Amino acid sequence: MDRIPILKMGRFLLVTIQVDMHDRLALTLQDDLTSQIIKHKARGVMIDISTLDMVDSFIGRMLGSIAGMARLLDASTVVVGMQPSVAITLVELGLSMKGIRTALDVEKGMAALQASVLEQDQGQDESTEI
Amino acid sequence: MRVLKSETMKIRSSEDIVLVRQWVRKAAVSIGFGIVDQTKVVTASSELARNTLDYGGGGLVEGAIVENDRRSGIKLTFTDEGPGIPDINLALTDGYTSGSGMGLGLSGAKRLSHEFEISSKVGEGTSVTILRWK
Repeated sequence: MDRIPILKMGRFLLVTIQVDMHDRLALTLQDDLTSQIIKHKARGVMIDISTLDMVDSFIGRMLGSIAGMARLLDASTVVVGMQPSVAITLVELGLSMKGIRTALDVEKGMAALQASVLEQDQGQDESTEI
Repeated sequence: MRVLKSETMKIRSSEDIVLVRQWVRKAAVSIGFGIVDQTKVVTASSELARNTLDYGGGGLVEGAIVENDRRSGIKLTFTDEGPGIPDINLALTDGYTSGSGMGLGLSGAKRLSHEFEISSKVGEGTSVTILRWK
């Protein structure tokens, strides 16, 4: 069965979506990612969609559910590399991608994940001190 | 309006939705659509193909490259013999869904197209046609 590979980089998981995803493949990715977050105790997930030439409401919804599930498992999600034509189309489609963090490229996405983990850790330190 | 090329494709599985997207992308490229217009018509086709599969129980799409005296375009007609839509205006409302989706399929595809037509009969099926000019 087809699967989208998930790479582990330190405390983060990296997914590059390179195929024209059919719906079942998208759902498999959702399941795989959540189990990998638990297995590796990952703190962040980066999804690279730079090769996707289309994001419809199904894929948009999948990205939103991944971000939501990851949040419940104490991991941040950032979607990187959206093509300009995809962004234009998504807005006209009416999909606002609320609650999904984005970054222009992998480097900026990694910086955003590191910053959010740092912020969370500091927040936790403060709360234990009190 | 003249039809330069047309093809009928089955929509029976989510893999078929991918094939529809690929046909539309190729057709759009072949008549010189820019990248934004390509993406818009491909995205609209994906939304409508999924509606045909999820709500119509599968069906057909007729894809066509058309032209009139001034320009060319892509015309797509999705038909199914599913349960039909009792209230088309309600179905065209952003955020309304009878299923588990986000309710953007029909209204979004309409916004992404230059021409949009829908007809539906409860118990007989639904037909949706979109056209995007170059």
